[in-house]
Amino acid sequence: MPDSATGAAARKPAPPATWTGHPLAQLTLVRFLEFLREPEALFWVFIFPILLAAGLGIAFRNRPADVLRIAAVTPQLAQVLRQEKLLDVAELPAAAAQTALRNGKVALLAEPAASGGVVYRYDDTNPEGRAARMLADRAVQRAAGRIDPVAASDRFLREPGSRYIDFLIPGLLGMNLMGSAIWGMGFAIVDARRKKLMKRLVATPMPRHYYLFSFLLSRLLMLVVEVGVLLGFGALVFGVPLRGSLLDLALLCVLGSLSFSALGLLIASRARTIEAASGLMNTVMMPMWIVSGVFFSAQRFPAFAQPIIKALPLTAAIDALRMNMLQGASLAHLTPQMGVLAGWLIVCFSLALKLFRWR
Amino acid sequence: MTAAAPSFALQVRNLRKAYKDVLAVDGLDLEVRAGECFGLLGPNGAGKTTTMEICEGLTAADSGELEMLGMRWDSDAAPLRQRLGVQLQDTQLADKLTVLETVRLFRSFYRAGPTPTEVIALVQLEEKAKSRVGNLSGGQKQRLAMACALVGDPDFLFLDEPTTGLDPQARRQLWDLIEKFKASGRTILLTTHYMDEAERLCDRIAIMDRGKIIALGTPRELIASIGVEHVVEFSAGSTAKPLDISALRHIDGVREVRHENGSVQMLVTELHRAVPTLLDELSRQGTPLTELRTHSASLEDVFVTLTGRHLRDE
Repeated sequence: MPDSATGAAARKPAPPATWTGHPLAQLTLVRFLEFLREPEALFWVFIFPILLAAGLGIAFRNRPADVLRIAAVTPQLAQVLRQEKLLDVAELPAAAAQTALRNGKVALLAEPAASGGVVYRYDDTNPEGRAARMLADRAVQRAAGRIDPVAASDRFLREPGSRYIDFLIPGLLGMNLMGSAIWGMGFAIVDARRKKLMKRLVATPMPRHYYLFSFLLSRLLMLVVEVGVLLGFGALVFGVPLRGSLLDLALLCVLGSLSFSALGLLIASRARTIEAASGLMNTVMMPMWIVSGVFFSAQRFPAFAQPIIKALPLTAAIDALRMNMLQGASLAHLTPQMGVLAGWLIVCFSLALKLFRWR
Repeated sequence: MTAAAPSFALQVRNLRKAYKDVLAVDGLDLEVRAGECFGLLGPNGAGKTTTMEICEGLTAADSGELEMLGMRWDSDAAPLRQRLGVQLQDTQLADKLTVLETVRLFRSFYRAGPTPTEVIALVQLEEKAKSRVGNLSGGQKQRLAMACALVGDPDFLFLDEPTTGLDPQARRQLWDLIEKFKASGRTILLTTHYMDEAERLCDRIAIMDRGKIIALGTPRELIASIGVEHVVEFSAGSTAKPLDISALRHIDGVREVRHENGSVQMLVTELHRAVPTLLDELSRQGTPLTELRTHSASLEDVFVTLTGRHLRDE
């Protein structure tokens, strides 16, 4: 048996101080290890956002403009209409063409009029029908020798930045920052309290603020991986643009994560059971998932609700991330959003420190 | 250490702590001498744990004075914590960490003390150093808790029911460990509701009931205080007429007779004279014996004599 543990006289001097032996380093390391050894947590933080982005990205991918199916009852008319590339023209006998139109298999039916003109049959309340009418008529008129008096040319806007996936990735990033911070803080703290591990730590000379700091530090370490994985996936697979400064983006992520962590700390400051804590967490997060513009623009909510929605931390985080990534906005343009985040950080953290139950 | 000038590691005066509806500690006085192992013995709810937590600086008392190692919680909390080792009742250490990681974490909070590997060797968990805490047995977890308490090389060790729920072998291993620590001349305050544990480990014992100390002394003194050396217990078979207890009270050397749950307990000073007389008396009454046991008076008997209740009740 080593003397030092039992011999009162032989108090060993402290071992040479290394940073790995520092309580803050040890507490952070332990947080990190516990997280890595929790497969479910790994899934929700790293894999789930990617699956969600991939699924939605595929579902809402941009396709080439649809070709409209129409029917013509004479070969001459069909030939004229086939000059238009956006129309898929079927030549059908009159009765069959009527049926196809009624069933919605074709958007429009073209037949010769007695006067030598053309009759278009279509549903004018259906946008496809109206589009088909314009395309078909253009083809017929041009074939008859019409020359457009104004020369027009097309420029297609299909570049990254305006697609749904570009809108979605910053939203998912914001949602992920919120979820991992609040779940990460909430569950770990309440679990330590429930198991009386927190009380045991408080009985050591551990400075209490180190305990709280270790959560923030480990959060920031994981943030690097979390943000890197999601943004890397978006950029490589879908070509989501990163137009703003990457340093600004990193700062926004850190600020957002700190605000959400403070919120998580506040939620976990008194709860004694996991059930109580998850109820609180869901109550706080659920409304923000809906109104803060993760999947669709927060502008869709009525004007009177906008001031409240804009004051929510998730709205501020997502707005700032979108403006940085998609419009290349600098931090100077993001002052309102950063102000909201900093406000939540300060208020929640001070409240949490006051309310925190150490046992 | 002489009786005239005892140096106290812990002195508590008139300590009070009330929770919403109960008075957990009710004007408690306590003096623990440096280098002794002091036991707080009592049933659940007697106020042992609350007393411990006040001494450990985890709970604030409503009133009263407390001085430990010459320091006080309100003025010297940080240096005091450096010198205490604490093992709490049912703390669950993090399941996902290994033994070594856990001890290393606790070691980082203390300025001085043995290395994590040394402490793990001390509690004989070397083979489990790389195992996760969640995979340890109850006894191994308890020894790990002990390692976390010893890692700061404490002068004062608090053990709150260190062996509750453990099998006999695991209990003995833990007792050995506590005795080694005690042999190094440092102070222990221990709670238990096992009287064999208290008798084996403690130099002095305070018996607590309802927030107060109702008896104090060495195990030997406490047992001597009830004035009997032996306890005779017997159960009688069913007969037509009930057992006449009052006749038993007049047997020579019998101090007290209690009748509960169909068995009779007699506190006896002279076993060799009381037992033959008892057997004669029972055969005179025509009562057959189904069971007869005797044991030396224990702390349990002290508690029962003082309170009329058993330690393990409630």
